[in-house]
Amino acid sequence: MLLLILKRIGLGLITLFIVSLITFVGVEVLPGDACTTYLEREAYGAALDACIKRLGLDVPAYERYLDWALNVVRGDFGYSLSGEMPINEVLGPRVKNSLVLASVSILIGIPLAIVLGIITALWRDKLPDIMISTVTIFSMTIPEFISATLLILIVAIWLGWLPGIVILPSDATFFELLSNIILPVVAISMIMTAHMARMVRSSVIQVMSSDYVQMAILKGVPYWKMVFRHVLPNALLPAINVVALTIAWLLGGVVVTEVVFNYPGLGRLVIESISNRDLPVVQALAIILASIYVGINLIADLMTLMLNPRLKSLQIRK
Amino acid sequence: MNEIIESVKNLSIGFNSQKGKQISILRNVSTDIKKGETVGIVGESGSGKSTLALAMMGYIKQGLFPLNGECLFKSEDLLKMSSRQLEKIRGRKIAMIPQNAGQALTPNLKIGYQIDEALRLHTDLNKLERDKKISELLNKVRLPSPETMAFRYPHELSGGQQQRVAVAMALAGKPDLLLLDEPTTGLDVTTQAHVLELLRIIAKDTGTSMIYVSHDLGAIAQVSDRIVVMYAGEIVLEGPARKILKEPIHPYTYGLLKSIPKLSLAGLPASMPGSQPQPGSIKEGCSFYDRCNLATDHCEKNSPDLKYIKELDTSVRCFNHKELINQNNNLQTSITKKSSNSEVIEVLKLKDVSISYAKQKFFDQLLNKISDQNPTVKDININIKKGETIALVGESGSGKSTILKSIAGLLKTKDGQIKFENNRILSSDLKMRNPNDLRAIQLIFQNPDESLNPNHTVEQILSQPLKLYFNLSGEELKKNIIDLLKKVRLGEFYMSRYPRQLSGGEKQRVAVARAFAAKPDIILCDEVTSALDVSVQAAVLNLLQQLKEDLGTTYVFVSHDLAVVRAISDRVAVLYQGRLCEIGPSQNVYKFPSHPYTEVLLGAVLEPDPDIKPKLVAEDIVEEKPPEKGCSFQGRCPRKIGDICNSEVPPWQIGENGNAIRCHINIDELASLQQ
Ligand SMILES: Nc1ncnc2c1ncn2[C@@H]1O[C@H](COP(=O)(O)OP(=O)(O)OP(=O)(O)O)[C@@H](O)[C@H]1O
Ligand code: SF4
Ligand code: SF4
Ligand SMILES: [Mg+2]
Repeated sequence: MLLLILKRIGLGLITLFIVSLITFVGVEVLPGDACTTYLEREAYGAALDACIKRLGLDVPAYERYLDWALNVVRGDFGYSLSGEMPINEVLGPRVKNSLVLASVSILIGIPLAIVLGIITALWRDKLPDIMISTVTIFSMTIPEFISATLLILIVAIWLGWLPGIVILPSDATFFELLSNIILPVVAISMIMTAHMARMVRSSVIQVMSSDYVQMAILKGVPYWKMVFRHVLPNALLPAINVVALTIAWLLGGVVVTEVVFNYPGLGRLVIESISNRDLPVVQALAIILASIYVGINLIADLMTLMLNPRLKSLQIRK
Repeated sequence: MNEIIESVKNLSIGFNSQKGKQISILRNVSTDIKKGETVGIVGESGSGKSTLALAMMGYIKQGLFPLNGECLFKSEDLLKMSSRQLEKIRGRKIAMIPQNAGQALTPNLKIGYQIDEALRLHTDLNKLERDKKISELLNKVRLPSPETMAFRYPHELSGGQQQRVAVAMALAGKPDLLLLDEPTTGLDVTTQAHVLELLRIIAKDTGTSMIYVSHDLGAIAQVSDRIVVMYAGEIVLEGPARKILKEPIHPYTYGLLKSIPKLSLAGLPASMPGSQPQPGSIKEGCSFYDRCNLATDHCEKNSPDLKYIKELDTSVRCFNHKELINQNNNLQTSITKKSSNSEVIEVLKLKDVSISYAKQKFFDQLLNKISDQNPTVKDININIKKGETIALVGESGSGKSTILKSIAGLLKTKDGQIKFENNRILSSDLKMRNPNDLRAIQLIFQNPDESLNPNHTVEQILSQPLKLYFNLSGEELKKNIIDLLKKVRLGEFYMSRYPRQLSGGEKQRVAVARAFAAKPDIILCDEVTSALDVSVQAAVLNLLQQLKEDLGTTYVFVSHDLAVVRAISDRVAVLYQGRLCEIGPSQNVYKFPSHPYTEVLLGAVLEPDPDIKPKLVAEDIVEEKPPEKGCSFQGRCPRKIGDICNSEVPPWQIGENGNAIRCHINIDELASLQQ
């Protein structure tokens, strides 16, 4: 068991290493370098030399990679070009803001999805199912940038209930953020919740028609007891991995939503640093996003492993 | 003894078709279950057996609904009860033992919890008493070490053990009536016999009534006092077990009994033509009319009623049943096979073949070899003659399919050689074989549903091998397809059908036709009749035999069913844990002296005759791995003679009948022991 966990963690680290290599090599093989890209027309003479010196571009590529990688492992991403300040300082508040946005979406979205999925499955083809399913299928089909824009239009502009655009400095406090993130959260969690609710629904329906549920009924187990002991544990287990995928996929939604709402998070930073051609920041972001991705999937795998009696005993026997 | 516990009255159950028509799958079924009695319900798949059994617990599957009639349990109608009331009855008064215990036990809950749940629901015992009771129940169904068993998950038990847990669970509420839906189907022969024995003891000890649903007349014969025969949703025959099995007076039951291969009879069972009508396509008149050889014009337009015949204590639904009375010595006949021609050309030789599933270690992968001291299959030597049918028998896990896969080139051998025609070595890698060898060896699988592409028509399915091996096209291709269909007795109009539009037997025929399309020399048959009903099985067996007589094909026939093997094969090889135990001409393998394992297998066969009881000589333990050294059967052998069996591989001994036995006991001594 322990060995397996270590193996998974090792694999995750290898993935991260490859990602870092790819981003680094990608930057290297582009024509020009960070400085010429950033300085554009002014890339000559003293400005260029100064920039090259500052970034240490005069040493060979592998040395720079090693240097950079070691620093990253220590938690230091170097300097951004545009702000000319440590990337860590740029990232810190952004990470926090995005984390707030994502975790609020997840904390609301996932339980909601599970509850909706179970309700639609248990009342399959009855009124609750028909109503909820219509809404979920509908919201599955609208991409975030449309739902976000529509939300701004309806709630913020027509009704005027909530601010449409977040006008906050990136170091705003948590409570300042909270009132501002309602609309972004709704926009982000809509698709995710809808997808997951459908997933949970079909999983529950499948388990409900299994032989062991029929057996539980014939054994005289009361309905709700059957649902909680025999159905849900088996139906939600396969959902864990999908949840992980959905969360990872939610990252993409965060980027789009942040841009639409002008929210000062990581996602907007991605767009900003790309349009500023701030390659060190782009590199740092790639690594961070990849780590989140790998981390979430790792957690999901381990959870499945812990909860599934089949896999558990398989490992013990070995 | 005559108190009736459950009574089904005029029950009809149906569903609404897509066109909004009401289609019934059970029609006017009435029967009574008496206290302490075991009633067997038999019929082909789709005849409505399980629907009837479930209705007797007040359970109607989703999509179905009762059309009329009632199920009276102690004079209350189960079909009218609320789910509250039903929860009080299910598990406590009527309990169910499901078909496939492996799937009917909830995977995330421990065995102990699942039994405890039944106890909590249906008894007033406290925690301590319940724990004691769980041990007691597990003991009663004869599971080893009940204390630790309770803490296991369902997947940690073997199929037979899971079935026993299901029995324990059903007994927890001390029910008055036990419903068993195919409780032994899918289990190995020996396990099946053991579970049936257990059920019989329980019925006797506790006085519980049982309803035993099965398609297998052999199993029904062992447990039932009374038998109900169903056909197309109706009861066609009902009466005392002995009467039904020995003097069946309904043509369907008569045909069914004749189509079961029997151990005592060499030769093929007679087959019944046609198949059961689908619900909704039942026309007026007798539903068995299309398949009945006693049918008269009267039967086509008029439906017979279920008529009680006092002197036989039997109810029968047939106008002409009198013709069958006293016809019954005919039951013990079979179609004799033409013996295969006696020229001894050996087409396929397995020489010292070993096969391993062990994962290759890194270095072995580099050297492209497999180092496994204890492979799944070991030391197989079989020479197969042209035109013969050789059968491989053994329980699940004995390596039968594994050997077939290796012959087909789907699985690499570890050691040894497979030689084809003039001693040419066949590569064990499919990609290295030449196209002609690929054509010459064809495979037919157990389950035609999985082996036929559901999106292809029969024409497309059959044209593939014809195009691939013979480059046929156009008119010629079509002519060949029609020829093939004719060979397997299917009409030309089947060409445009999809597999889902065919019955199980028809699908298997298409699979047979596809194999024959390649004009093969050898056909490997992997449990080809196991998924089929007996009447269809008999038809497929007859078809295979006929094709072989016409075309001189060689069959390697894998089956776990000794009676089927007896019917079709010329020679039999018995396998245990991937090692050969006995090999010889089939009439001799079925005669003593036999290898102790063959003896165990033969003893466990269930015959559709209440007077022939299975002999249970060995425990039905499941061994996970073959033993490292000595005799492969040492772990279960009832005749084991001592340490020599554990340490030395037994020698081959040739009996006077020509069968070879691999055992340390002298063959003459075996003969006298087995008298
Ligand atoms: N892919 C596999 N990997 C590992 N072990 C396998 C694999 N397939 C089969 N085995 C093992 O090989 C042994 C022989 O299997 P095989 O399927 O050939 O038996 P069989 O006699 O045909 O059984 P059955 O009657 O259930 O089909 C069994 O112990 C099985 O567990
Ligand atoms: S009623 Fe006629 S068709 Fe039906 S089983 Fe009897 S003889 Fe055959
Ligand atoms: S060699 Fe020994 S263990 Fe094997 S079958 Fe013979 S008596 Fe039994
Ligand atoms: Mg097999």
